[in-house]
Amino acid sequence: MDLLRFITAGSVDDGKSTLIGRLLYDTKNILADQMEAIERASKTRNSGEIDLALLTDGLRSEREQGITIDVAYKYFQTPNRKFISIDAPGHIQYTRNMVTGASNADLAIILVDARHGVVEQTRRHSLIASMLGIPHVIVAINKMDLVGNSQDAFLEIAKSYTELAEKLSIKDLTIIPVSALNGDNIVERSPNMGWYTGETLLSVLETVNVLKDQNQEDGRFAVQYVIRPQTEELHDYRGYAGRVQSGTFKKGDLVKVLPSEQESKIAKIEFGGNEIEEASVLESVTILLEDDIDISRGDSIVSLTNSPIVSQDIEALVCWMDDRKTLKPGNKYVLQHGTARSRCSVRDIEYQIDINSYEKLDSESLKLNDVARIVLRTAQPIAYDPYQKNRANGAAILIDETSNVTVGACMIE
Amino acid sequence: MSISVKEASGITTDRSAPDYLDQLEAEAIYIMREVAGQFERPALLFSGGKDSITLVHLAQKAFAPGKIPFPLVHVDTGHNFIEAIEYRDELAEKIGAKLVVRYVEDTIKAKGLKEQTGKNASRNWLQTFTLLDTIEEFEFDACIGGARRDEEKARAKERIFSFRDEFGQWDPKRQRPELWNLFNGRIQKGENVRVFPISNWTELDVWAYLKREGITLPSIYFSHERELILRDGKLLNNTPVIEADPEDRIVTRQVRFRTVGDMTCTAAVESSAATLDEVIAEITISRISERGETRIDDQQTEAAMEDRKKGGYF
Repeated sequence: MDLLRFITAGSVDDGKSTLIGRLLYDTKNILADQMEAIERASKTRNSGEIDLALLTDGLRSEREQGITIDVAYKYFQTPNRKFISIDAPGHIQYTRNMVTGASNADLAIILVDARHGVVEQTRRHSLIASMLGIPHVIVAINKMDLVGNSQDAFLEIAKSYTELAEKLSIKDLTIIPVSALNGDNIVERSPNMGWYTGETLLSVLETVNVLKDQNQEDGRFAVQYVIRPQTEELHDYRGYAGRVQSGTFKKGDLVKVLPSEQESKIAKIEFGGNEIEEASVLESVTILLEDDIDISRGDSIVSLTNSPIVSQDIEALVCWMDDRKTLKPGNKYVLQHGTARSRCSVRDIEYQIDINSYEKLDSESLKLNDVARIVLRTAQPIAYDPYQKNRANGAAILIDETSNVTVGACMIE
Repeated sequence: MSISVKEASGITTDRSAPDYLDQLEAEAIYIMREVAGQFERPALLFSGGKDSITLVHLAQKAFAPGKIPFPLVHVDTGHNFIEAIEYRDELAEKIGAKLVVRYVEDTIKAKGLKEQTGKNASRNWLQTFTLLDTIEEFEFDACIGGARRDEEKARAKERIFSFRDEFGQWDPKRQRPELWNLFNGRIQKGENVRVFPISNWTELDVWAYLKREGITLPSIYFSHERELILRDGKLLNNTPVIEADPEDRIVTRQVRFRTVGDMTCTAAVESSAATLDEVIAEITISRISERGETRIDDQQTEAAMEDRKKGGYF
């Protein structure tokens, strides 16, 4: 049984938290005491009806305001899969939180209110899902009960969404009519929408193939830490601890160390101190090389025949996340890419993207939640792949040198 | 909805279906190594409970064949279960790890702190002072802890690398965005980061992993006969550190502990489960959450954990 991470995007009124609550409830993942706590809390609020949204709103300020401010994680399982649900706020002022949640998601559920159809925020959420390279998108057209469960209403929204999706790079799209409040087409097929013959939301979540999304071709391994026990029997042991970002590594593979460009051969791969045959994507292993070369944290071990780009000049899409300072050409930051950190300066803002209309705009500076294409110059060379080809080796963050806060999410192009 | 033990126990060799335990393990090891790579003086908070036992095991795997490159640290309230304390000492010795123990009792004396009194009095909250003093004493810049997001709703909101200011405080509204697996551990002197490598594990994942890895646990996790205080429907260990209440009844029951914390705020569950398999089977069908069943400290207000964390709690 494997693990699927998905993000739900929608706004305050779209019923996003209700949808998550419904998924947990209908798959019997809400426990008795949690249900009691929700019932108790529901009584003190407006209508007194059980509010499944209270399951995900964890902070006091969120419960007080009735909105999700931060990213929340929920865990549930069915006999077929384990799920990590990432619940991010949908309002434009929390775009950075959605970007954060989307960065680790295999799938996105984008909620659309059947009464309103494709609106500005649908466009925004779709752009973020596409920009962050989420391979699978489910558009859940919610509140179908409020439009009389009409097939025509569904088809019309589905058509306008498909047109929108064509402008973006969404690889795998499924559109489902649902009612989160009533549980229609969430876990059980709805008797109210007999005309819908497609899959339920849960059924898509359970069967979507995540393994195919991983980059199995490009051998990339960022060194996190050098294991040197320096005991008598392990006197010369030097193991490079890290996680396979993409591709696979085997004993005997010819490799190259970046950015130094030194070549070597894999002598051994270990896991937990035991030798293993090969290491594939996302496995945390230790690699030993035949040659004694100088390697430290921040270096990459890559396949000899298939190299990433090594450069000090980088172009990237950035989502700006700092609410106190703006990004301007000339500003300096620390760029963290894999395990490498390098100082960098912003050379240029090529253009800003209006995340609602997708228009390209001229921009002098970026403020919180702005998305733009920028040009960076790094102090040390960075060994990267384009993000849309290799999520793990094309992602980077910008860190403010004085406050140490993470201020930008970069998708290298 | 349950996982069967058979599914959880074998490491799958089929490349088309990675096992979720392997995925969670790889992620936790990656996080441990980020701590070792990014910080000067990290520590692993180790209580002898199942979650921190899992952490120690993961750390051993992460740095094998070397030793764990940081000390194990325990803040001892003086109200811990003897079985957990013995286990703590034995494990540290067995794996050759440095163990640092600091006592809440000492902090109370040195600082003249006022302890809670009366029914349900606990030193649980006072641990924060001792922890912050210990961080200062050793200049720890990162503390690895075994908290999980499925435990409690404030924890569900916390980052894996959770920044704490120079007073050890957590500010839920100013958390650093945490993108991809790019953890930002940059801090100023005096600040520290709490790191939670098993954030994405559930209670059942921990149990399934303990079983798969063949890890032994302190005996109190398994069914045994014990004298207990029955109070408000909860079974507490019958010990002098729990202040007696006229409503209390002393009973003898067949129990095990589902979580092992301070005796004053950890309740036992009635159970005949004597092995890991039986414990897993019971938890799988349990309709009550871990903290709901066993923790008295979370149930006082809706935001009890959030408030403790803001004050510096793990």
